[in-house]
Parts: sequence; structure tokens; C-alpha cells
Amino acid sequence: MSMQQTAAVLDRSQTDAAVAVRGVTKIYEGNVKALENMTLDFPRGQLTSLLGPSGCGKTTLLKIIAGLIPATGGEVLVNGRAVKGPGRDRAFVFQDFALMPWATVLRNVGFGLELRGVPQSEREAVSERYIKAVGLSGFEQSFPHQLSGGMRQRVGLARALAVDADVLLMDEPFSAVDEQNRRKFQEDMLALVEQEKKTFIFVTHSIEEAVYVSDKVAVLLPRPSRVSEVIEPKIDRSVSPDAMRRDPDYLDTVERIWTALRTYVE
Amino acid sequence: MHDVFTSKRFLKYFSFAIVFALWEIGGRIPISPAFPTFSATMVALWQMLMDGSMLQAYPETLQPLLIGVAIAATLGIAAGVWMGLSRFGEWLLSPVFIVAQAAPLAALIPLLVLAYGIGLTAKVMVVLIMAMPVIVLNAMSGVRSTNNSLIEMGTAFLGSRKDVITKIILPSASPVIFAGLRLGLSAGFIGAILSELLITPTGVGDLITFNQSRADYARMYAAIFSIIAVAVIALDFLEWIEVRWLRPDRKGAR
Ligand SMILES: Nc1ncnc2c1ncn2[C@@H]1O[C@H](COP(=O)(O)OP(=O)(O)OP(=O)(O)O)[C@@H](O)[C@H]1O
Ligand SMILES: [Mg+2]
Repeated sequence: MSMQQTAAVLDRSQTDAAVAVRGVTKIYEGNVKALENMTLDFPRGQLTSLLGPSGCGKTTLLKIIAGLIPATGGEVLVNGRAVKGPGRDRAFVFQDFALMPWATVLRNVGFGLELRGVPQSEREAVSERYIKAVGLSGFEQSFPHQLSGGMRQRVGLARALAVDADVLLMDEPFSAVDEQNRRKFQEDMLALVEQEKKTFIFVTHSIEEAVYVSDKVAVLLPRPSRVSEVIEPKIDRSVSPDAMRRDPDYLDTVERIWTALRTYVE
Repeated sequence: MHDVFTSKRFLKYFSFAIVFALWEIGGRIPISPAFPTFSATMVALWQMLMDGSMLQAYPETLQPLLIGVAIAATLGIAAGVWMGLSRFGEWLLSPVFIVAQAAPLAALIPLLVLAYGIGLTAKVMVVLIMAMPVIVLNAMSGVRSTNNSLIEMGTAFLGSRKDVITKIILPSASPVIFAGLRLGLSAGFIGAILSELLITPTGVGDLITFNQSRADYARMYAAIFSIIAVAVIALDFLEWIEVRWLRPDRKGAR
């Protein structure tokens, strides 16, 4: 990491970070170094994307933040407290949905609340609200195999929203969705960030997607895994989605990230 | 119309009808003097139901069967789930069941008789040895095959180890566990009849051997037919329980 970048990171740590990753290293069994001394802040109430080629450790970082796997070194602070395991302050949206095939949409969405011991009537009321919020009204009694990939993804999203955590960890939430729906989801995503006032950490492969939905994009590179660049797309989101996608700032930012990644690809 | 003819139930009855028709034809040729027709067998079955010989035989046969299968199911699922959850459990127990599954039962029966006599205990043991390994090994592989990301999901949403086992691993393993139970139940039927044929002739086994010795082949076949029918009904019932209580999502698939 260059001096300049270190300074930038220190500077940003002054602002309120919901999640702070401090020098995290992860070495898997067999000496696979997935992350090395990674430091990164996730500002409260904003959407930060983790963008990078396959195998650079995005899922690993997300799972460490979630407390699902321990870091080999360094620490993660969520609201200033060190992460020891999963907690009420974080909710995960899984890349492969992780829905229980034997449970209805209603039960799947309320499952986080069920595990917290929320009584059935109460958790069903909450679940119904979020099922509606993600546009799945009428599918409460359906089973996951009766839904399309995009709908399943929204069930996973509703489940994460229903537990009302401060931080939403989303692992490539739109990867199973076709291009048309993907755009629609991205727009919904922006509305969600606006309305939920939560901190979103969002993993994606798509540069356009990252620039479109994020307040901040962390570009990760593998071997050794590191944050190569942190970009804050300053795009005017008050205009229509289509106008936004033609905005020169938007196109410039996409180009800049592409340049950063291209050196790696080549 | 299309739906009726391709529905699962229709196909099932249709294949039964074909088998029974072939049986009738085979009996009329006749393939062998010891091979009665389907209709003669059904008449004999009716007579045996009416004269009380079936009513007397079934409780005798079902007693060791039900006791054995109940024990095999309880212990077998418990052992299999434990083996699925813990490498130590697998290391400790799996050789026992793999050997038991491969062992030729007929060779073990003299040993069982030596140890437990010729009463109910020995027959229960035969049923157990037949039914348990497949139940255990299925339960273990059912638990093992739980999607890891579902387990991670349970942990991420603050489920305890117990929550993860009861709400995720067991429901996810239940189809494989039930497949094991169905196989175990069929094996238990084989064990129950085998023990009646090889240890002491009682119940349905007695009906088979006694009528064979009298050369009353219609009655002998009726006894065999009845035990197969009971086994099929019992297996269907097990499947119904599974779909009804554990996997409502599979309702449409059947
Ligand atoms: N359980 C594990 N054991 C060993 N190595 C692992 C394990 N999980 C991941 N890795 C390795 O760690 C590295 C980073 O993996 P990770 O899944 O975090 O990448 P990713 O950035 O999410 O990739 P993708 O974009 O393809 O999802 C990879 O080289 C991978 O092979
Ligand atoms: Mg990944």
C-alpha cells in the first residue's frame, strides 16, 4: 500500500464507520492466503461495493465481517466493537440464496426472527411487511422451488431486512438475475439504501453495477489480496436511472475502475 | 384425460394390473403344478381371511417386526445423525454397520438362536440386524449432505447449534432418512419372515411352510401375496407421513 493510500484510509477513519476492517489477514488451510493485511472502512448509512476479479477474497472478507469465519490476523470492528461471531447488528444475503426448500416464503423470510425467539404472530406480521416491500405479495405460501431465481434472491433479501440489522452484507445478490431484472433490482437497491438508513456492503463482479449503486467502491486485487483503489462515485442520483447511466461522471468512473482492473487482467 | 393416464397413481395400478394378468396366464398354462393362478390365490386369500388363519398369523409376525423396526428406527436414526454430525461418531460406529450390512444373515441365525433362544428376542434381533444398517447409513449420509450454505445461514442469523440441527440439518436430511426407513422397513419384513422360516415356524412364515407341506399352493401363495401387500401398504404409509408432516414442499412432486 502506498503512503498516499494509507493517508487516505486514515483520513476516512475519522468519519463514522459502521464497519472497520483493520489489518485483516486470512490464511486458509493449505496455506492459501485469501486476504493480506486488509484495511478498509465502511461508512454508516452508505453502500460500499467490493469489486474485484474472482478469487480475490471478497466472499472471505464478507464472511469475516459476518463472523462466520475467523480472521487469521487483524480485527473487524462493527459499531466500534470487535467481531467475535455473528451478531444482531449484521445480516447476510447469500449468493446462492440459502433458502430452506421445505419452508414457505413466509417462514423463510421470518427465519431470522424465528431463531431470535420472536413469537410466530409477530414475526409473520414483520415478514409479510418485508415480503410486500420486495414485491412478493401473494407468494407467502409458495415454496422456493416454485419461484424464479430473482424472486428467490428477493426472499433472501427480505429475510435479511426483517431482522432489522444495522449492516447488510450482500454477496453478489444479483448474480442469478437476468440483465433486465438486474437493472430493476439496482434501482430498487438505491431506493432501499435511501429508505432503510442501513449500512450496505455489496459484493459484485460488475463495474457498472458497482458504480451505479455505490457511494464508495473498493477495488480489490488478488495475490497478494489488497485494496488497490477506493473510489467514491459522485453521481447525481436525483435524475432518472437512464440519465444517470449516460452521465459523463458515471462513464468516467467506470472507465477509471476498468483501467485499474485491466492491469491485472492483462 | 391425458392427466389421468399419466398420473402416478394410474401408472401404479396399471402396472399392478399387468403383473396380475401375467400371473393369471402363467397359472393357466400352467408353468408348474406348484404355481396357482392369480384368481385361485385370491380365493384362497379370501378364505384365509374368513377362517381366521390370517387374523391369527399376522399379530405373531408383526410383533417382532414392529418391535424390531421401532428399535432400529430410534437407535438407527440417533446413531446415524450422530455419525453424520461427528467425525468421531463415524469413526467409532460406521465399521460396525458396514460389516452388519454386508454380513449374510442366514449364517448369523444359528448364533442368534444360541444367544437368545428361539423366542421373540431372537426374531427381534433378526429384524434389527436386517433393518438397522441401512437406516443408520442413510441417516448419516443425509446429515452429511446438508447444504453447507444453509448451515452458514443458520449461524449467521444467530441460530444455536441445536437450532441448526433441529431446524436445518434434520429437515434437510429427512428425505434421505426416510428413504433409509423405507429400505429398513422392507428389510425388516424380510427379516421377520426369514426368522419365521429359519428359526421357528410361526405367523405368516408358518402359513407359508405349512401350506407348502400340504401342497396347498394357492394358500401358500396367498400368504406370500398378503405379506407383500402389507409391506407395500406400510411403505406407502411411511411416505405419506413424510410428505404430510416433514416435507410439505414435496406434495406436488409426488
Ligand atoms: N474454505 C476454503 N478453504 C481454502 N481456500 C479457500 C476457501 N474458501 C476460499 N478459498 C480461497 O481463497 C481465495 C478467495 O476466495 P473467495 O471465495 O473469498 O473469493 P471471491 O473474491 O469471493 O471470488 P468470487 O468472485 O469467485 O466469488 C480463493 O483463492 C479461494 O480458492
Ligand atoms: Mg465470492
